[in-house]
Amino acid sequence: MSTVAQSEQNHHDHHAAKGFKRWLYTTNHKDIGSLYLIFSLTMFLIGGAMAMVIRAELFQPGLQLVDPHFFNQMTTVHGLIMVFGAVMPAFTGLANWMVPMMIGAPDMALPRMNNWSFWILPFAFAILLMSLFMEGGGPAFGWTFYAPLSTTYSNDNTALFVFAVHIMGISSIMGAINVIVTIVNLRAPGMTWMKLPLFVWTWLITAFLLIAVMPVLAGAVTMVLTDKYFGTSFFDAAGGGDPVMFQHIFWFFGHPEVYIMILPAFGIISTIIPTFSRKKLFGYASMVYATSSIALLSFIVWAHHMFTTGMPLAGELFFMYATMLISVPTGVKVFNWVATMWRGSISFEVPMLFSIAFIVLFTLGGFSGLMLAITPADFQYHDTYFVVAHFHYVLVTGAIFSIMAGAYYWLPKWTGHMYNERLAKLHFWLSLVSVNVLFFPMHFVGLAGMPRRIPDYALQFADFNALISIGGFAFGLSQLLFVAVVYKCAKGGAAVPDKVWDGAEGLEWEVPSPAPYHTFSTPPEVK
Amino acid sequence: MNKYLSVVSAFLLTTPLFSYGNSAFNMREGVTDISQNVYQLHMTIFLICCAIGVVVFAVMFWAMIYHRKSKGAQPAQFHESTKVEILWTAIPFVILVAMAVPATKTLIAMEDVSKADLTIKVTGSQWKWHYEYMGHDVDFYSVLSTPRAQIDDLEEKSENYLLEVDKPLVIPTDKKVRFLMTSDDVIHSWWVPDFAVKKDANPGFINEAWTRVNEEGIYRGQCAELCGKDHGFMPIVVDARSPEAFEHWLTNAKQQKLEAAAASVALLDQTLSKDELMQTGEQVYMAYCAACHQPTGMGLPGVFPAVKGSPIVLGEVKDHIDIILHGKPGTAMQAFAKQLSIKEIAGVVTYKRNSWGNDLDQVIQPSEVQARIDANKEAGK
Amino acid sequence: MEKYEQYYVPEQSHWPIVGAVAMFLIAVGAGLTVMQLSSDVGYGQYVLYAGLIILFYMLFGWIKNVIHESQTGLYSAQMDRSFRQSMSWFIFSEVMFFGAFFGALFYARVLSVPWLGGAGNNAMTNEVLWPTFEAVWPLLSTPAGETTQAMGWQGLPLINTLILLTSSVTLHFAHVAIEQDQRAKVKLFLGATVALGCIFLALQVLEYMHAYADLDLTLQAGIYGNTFYMLTGFHGVHVTLGTILLLIVLLRLFKGHFTAKQHFAFQAAAWYWHFVDVVWLCLFVFVYVL
Ligand code: HEA
Ligand code: HEA
Ligand code: HEC
Ligand code: CUA
Ligand SMILES: [Cu+2]
Repeated sequence: MSTVAQSEQNHHDHHAAKGFKRWLYTTNHKDIGSLYLIFSLTMFLIGGAMAMVIRAELFQPGLQLVDPHFFNQMTTVHGLIMVFGAVMPAFTGLANWMVPMMIGAPDMALPRMNNWSFWILPFAFAILLMSLFMEGGGPAFGWTFYAPLSTTYSNDNTALFVFAVHIMGISSIMGAINVIVTIVNLRAPGMTWMKLPLFVWTWLITAFLLIAVMPVLAGAVTMVLTDKYFGTSFFDAAGGGDPVMFQHIFWFFGHPEVYIMILPAFGIISTIIPTFSRKKLFGYASMVYATSSIALLSFIVWAHHMFTTGMPLAGELFFMYATMLISVPTGVKVFNWVATMWRGSISFEVPMLFSIAFIVLFTLGGFSGLMLAITPADFQYHDTYFVVAHFHYVLVTGAIFSIMAGAYYWLPKWTGHMYNERLAKLHFWLSLVSVNVLFFPMHFVGLAGMPRRIPDYALQFADFNALISIGGFAFGLSQLLFVAVVYKCAKGGAAVPDKVWDGAEGLEWEVPSPAPYHTFSTPPEVK
Repeated sequence: MNKYLSVVSAFLLTTPLFSYGNSAFNMREGVTDISQNVYQLHMTIFLICCAIGVVVFAVMFWAMIYHRKSKGAQPAQFHESTKVEILWTAIPFVILVAMAVPATKTLIAMEDVSKADLTIKVTGSQWKWHYEYMGHDVDFYSVLSTPRAQIDDLEEKSENYLLEVDKPLVIPTDKKVRFLMTSDDVIHSWWVPDFAVKKDANPGFINEAWTRVNEEGIYRGQCAELCGKDHGFMPIVVDARSPEAFEHWLTNAKQQKLEAAAASVALLDQTLSKDELMQTGEQVYMAYCAACHQPTGMGLPGVFPAVKGSPIVLGEVKDHIDIILHGKPGTAMQAFAKQLSIKEIAGVVTYKRNSWGNDLDQVIQPSEVQARIDANKEAGK
Repeated sequence: MEKYEQYYVPEQSHWPIVGAVAMFLIAVGAGLTVMQLSSDVGYGQYVLYAGLIILFYMLFGWIKNVIHESQTGLYSAQMDRSFRQSMSWFIFSEVMFFGAFFGALFYARVLSVPWLGGAGNNAMTNEVLWPTFEAVWPLLSTPAGETTQAMGWQGLPLINTLILLTSSVTLHFAHVAIEQDQRAKVKLFLGATVALGCIFLALQVLEYMHAYADLDLTLQAGIYGNTFYMLTGFHGVHVTLGTILLLIVLLRLFKGHFTAKQHFAFQAAAWYWHFVDVVWLCLFVFVYVL
C-alpha cells in the first residue's frame, strides 16, 4: 500500500492536460484503456444497429426494407465492425487498464505508441463506414471477402476497405507488441511467470497470436488489392492462381483470429469465478498449458472453414482431426471452472451471473463447433444458419458476455462507485433470455436448410425467423440498459472500498478505488 | 436461482426430443445412403455432446445450489489434482476418437467419385445454374422462376417460393450420378440437402461430387456460397426420375435441341414485327438482365451501369450486340451467346433501344444478330 | 526477477495523434489514388502526399523527442530492453507478412499450377477447362495463354546476393566496432553498408527494367510474375527503409550520439538489416534458383 501513496507524492512531473487534449495526447494506460472501451461500445452499438437492419429484413419472407446489395453490405460491415471494432478493442481496452495494475507496472511499456495504436482505429472505421455512403456502396462480399467476389466482381470502393483493414492490422500489431513487452519486462519483483494472473497469461498468448496472424491478413488484402487494380492473378486460375488460395491465406489468419476473440475471455472468467466462489482457481498450471495448446493448435486447423472447397481427402481428414483435438484443452478449461465452483462459497453478483452464463452458453457454442468439425456433417451445416448460431454463441454469449462480466467486475475499481445492482441484474436477465430467443432457433433453421447471407428465404423458415428477429430486437434494446448502467456508474453511486469484492485477489485490489492516475511508479512487493 | 435452474434444465432435456425425425427442428435424413449416414453421424455427435453437457452442467448447478454462500457454505481449500486433470484430458480424447472413426468412413465414401453412370457438368454463374449432360449434347440454364411480384410482396407467395426454377435438373434414380462443379465468375456452391451434396463451384477449377438417389421425387436446394447481390435467388431443383423415364426425357431433350436449332435457321429469313420482338425482349430482359441492370434500366450506380441512356445502347448496333454476345471480360457482364437464342438477343436489343425513354425506334432482326456472330467468328473472336 | 528500476513514462505527446491523422490521409489517399487509376479525376494522390508529408513531419518530431530523452539520460537499461524486445516482435510481424507471400508462392508451385495441369484430384480441371495447359515452373505460359520469360539467377540476382551478404558482414564489423567504442571504424563500415544498400537498389531497378523490356516479365504475367514482383518488390521497399534507417544512424554517429553500451537505434537498424538479408536469401533460393 505504501508504494502507492508514495508514488502519488513522487509524481511531480506530469498531470493530465484538461479537456479533449487530455484524451488526444494521453500516454496514460488508464485513459487509453477508457478510450478503447468507449470506442468499442460505440462500435458495438453501430454494428448492432446493422444487425437490427438484418433482422428487420429477415423478419418475414419477401423484400421489404432494403435491397439485396445493401443487405450484403450490412452483413459484411456488421461482421467487420463486431470483430475488429467491438470485440478486439474491448479486450485491448481491458488489457490496457488491467495488465499494468495486475503486474505492478507503472504503465504500458511504450505509452506513446499505445496512444497511436488507439487513435488510428477510429480513423480506420471512419474510412470503412464512409464507403457505405459512396456511390457503389461499401464492401458487400462478407467479412471473409472471398476472391474473386472481392476482386474482379466487387465495387470500386474496395480499395478503401483494403486500406482500412491495413490500419486496423497495424493498430492491433502495435497494441500486441506493447502488451507483450509490458508483461515480459515490467513485472514487479516477485511476480514470477507462474504467479501471473490468468488474464495476463491469456493476453500474453493472445498478443502472440495477433503478431503472428495480423500481418498475414495484411498480405491477403494486399493481394486482393493487386488482383483487383493491378492485374495480378493470385486468385485467378487463368493466370495460374487459385481462388481457394485466398481462403487458405485468409483462414490462416481467420482461425487464430477467433481464438484472439476468446482467449482473453477465458482469462476474465478465470478471474471472476474464483472471486465469487471464494476459492482459489482450480488447476492454475493446467489453465496456462491449455491456453497455450489452444493457441498452438489454432495454427493448424484453418481449413475446417473450407471443407466444401474440394480439398484433397487427406487434407480434409487432417483438418478434421486437428480441429476436433481443440476440444480437449478447451474442455480442461471448462472442467477447471466447474471444479473451482465445486465446494466453494458461491454468491451471485452480476459479474458472476455473466460468467456462469458464459460457461454454459460458450460450451454450447463449443459443442456446435465440434459438430462443424466433423467433415461429412459439415457438408450439411456449412454456410447455413447453423454456423451463424455457432459463432454467435461463442462470440456474443462468449466474448461479449465475458466483456460485460469484466466491465461489471472492474467498473467499481475504475470509477470508485458501485453500479446500480438492480438495473444490472435486469440487464443480465433480459439479455440472457433474449439472446437465446435470438440465437437458439438459428440452429433449427440452419439444420432445416436455410443458407446464410441471404436477404429473403423460403416459406418454411418464416416462423423461426420471426422469433429470431423478436429475440434480436429484445436483446438489442436490453443493451441500452448496459449503456445506462455504465453511464450512471461513471457519474456517481455508492463509494466502494479498495477491495471491492471480498473474495478477490490480485494487486489491482490493493490500490484505492478509483485507481489513482499513476498506479505503481515504484514497484509493489509480490509475495 | 431455482427458476434459472429449471429453465435451463428444461432446455437441455427437451432439445434432444425436438430434434428427432424429419421435423422442422432437425437436419433432413435425405434420400441417399450417404445422406442417411450423415444424418446418423450428426445425431450421434449431437447426443454425445448433450450427454457431456448434462453431466458437466449437473455438477455445476449442484455446486450453485448447494455450495452457496447464502446457505452458509464454507469454501474448501483444494485447488489442484493431477489425477483428475489427466482423467478429464483422457476421457474427452477417447470420445473424440470414437467420433472420428465413423466420420472418416463416411467421408471416404463421399469422396469416391469413381465408376459413375452419368456425368453432369454444373456451372454456376451470377445467378443461375448451367447443366451439361456430358457426352449427350444436352445442356440448359436453370433460373429462378418465382415472379418478382411475389418477392416484392405484391402477390401471394407460392408454396415453393424462391425454391422453384424454370428448368429443373433431371437425373435418374438408382444410378451413380457424378457432378463436375465449376463456375463462370465467382464462387458458388451447389447444395441439395436431401443428397448431402454441397460442393463449391470454383471458377477455373473443377470439383467433383456424386449422388445415388433412392427415391423418385423433386428435391430442392440453394446456392450456398455468397456470390453477390442475388445469392439468395439462385435455387436448385432436381427432378429424380426412374431410369426409364429419365432416358425418355433425355431423348426428348435432344430432340428439342435440334428443333430449336432448326427454328433459329428458319428465323434468318423472317422479319419479325416490332411488337413480337419487344415482347420477347421484355421477357428476356426481366429474366436475364434485370437482376443487374434493374427493371427500370437504371442499374445500381457504382456497381452495375444503367442501360437507360447508356452510350453503348444508344450507339452503334454492332457494339450493342457484341457486348451481349461476349460480355465484358473481367467484369460481371457475362457472355450471353450461349444462353440466348438469336431471336432472344434480337428481342432484348430491340427492347432496350425502345424502353425507359431510350427511343431510337429501331427494330433489330435475328438475322442481324446472326450476321454479327458470323462476322465475329471470322475475325477470330 | 531482476531489480526493478524507475521507469520513465513520457508526458502527454501530440505526435501520436498527428501520426494518426497522417495514417488516415495516407489510407484515404492511397485508396482514392488506386480507385482513380482508370479515370480522369485524380485528387487522391494529393491526399496521399499530404498524408506522407505529415507522417514524415511526425516521425521527425517524434524521433527528435526520443533522441533528446535518450541523450538526457531518461532511459534506463530496463527501457532499453523494452525497446529491443519491441523491435524483435516488430521484425517477427514482418516475417509473417513475407510469410503470406511465400505461402502464395509455394501454394502456386506445389498445388494450384500442378492442379491446373491435372494433378491430384483435378484431372477434370485440366481435361475440361484447360486442355492445352501444361504445368511447369516457372510458369511461362499461363492457362489463359499469356507468355513470358523466366528471370535467370546467374546475372544481376547473383551479384545482388553477394552485395547484400557483404553488407551484412560490414554491418557486423560496424557493430563490433561500436561495442569497442572505435567510432572511426564504425563510421567507415556503416558508410560502406549504406553504400552497398544503395547499389543493391540501383541494380534491382536495372533488373526490373530488363524484365519489362526484354523478358516480357511484367506484374500482369501470371502467377510467376506476380510472386516475383510482389516478393522482390516488398523486399526492395524494406531495403529502402533499412538503408534510410542506417543512414539516420550514421548521421547521428557523426553528431556524436551513441555509446558503447547504449545504442538501441543502431542495434534496431542492424537487426532490421539482417532480417532483410535473410529474406533475400530465401528469395534468391525460392524465386530465382529453384
Ligand atoms: C470466439 C470465437 C470462436 C470460437 C471459440 C470457436 C470455437 C470452435 N469452432 Fe468456430 N467459428 C467461429 C468462431 C469461433 N469458433 C466463427 C466466427 C466462425 C464462422 C466464420 C465465418 O464463416 O464467417 C466459425 C466457424 C467454425 C467452423 C466452420 C463452419 C463452416 O463454415 O462450415 C468450424 C468447423 O470445424 C468451427 C469449429 C470450431 C471448434 C471445433 C471450436 C472449438 O474451439 C470449440 C471447443 C469447445 C468445446 C468442444 C466445448 C467445451 C468442451 C468440453 C465440455 C469438453 C468435452 C467435449 C467433448 C469431448 C465433445 N467453427
Ligand atoms: C463479436 C461479434 C458479433 C456480435 C456481437 C454479433 C451480434 C449480433 N449479430 Fe452477428 N455476425 C458476426 C459477428 C457478431 N454478431 C459475424 C462475424 C457475422 C458474419 C458476417 C458475414 O457473413 O460476413 C455475423 C452475421 C450475422 C447474421 C447473419 C447475416 C447473414 O448471414 O446474412 C445475423 C442475422 O441475424 C446476425 C445477427 C446479430 C445480432 C442480432 C446481434 C446482436 O447481438 C446485436 C445486439 C446489439 C445491438 C442491437 C446494439 C445495441 C442497441 C442499439 C444500437 C439500439 C437500437 C436497437 C433497436 C432498434 C432494437 N449476425
Ligand atoms: C451479373 C450481372 C449482369 C447481368 C446479369 C447482365 N449485365 Fe450487362 N453489365 C454488367 C456490368 C457489371 C456491366 C459493366 C461492364 C463494364 O465495366 O464496362 C454491364 C454492361 C452492360 C452494357 C454496357 C453498358 C455501358 O454503358 O457500359 C450493356 C448494353 C449490357 N450490360 C447489357 C446487358 C444485357 C442485355 C443483359 C441480359 C441479357 C445483361 N447486360 C446482363 C452486369 C450484368
Ligand atoms: Cu451463387 Cu450464391
Ligand atoms: Cu475456425
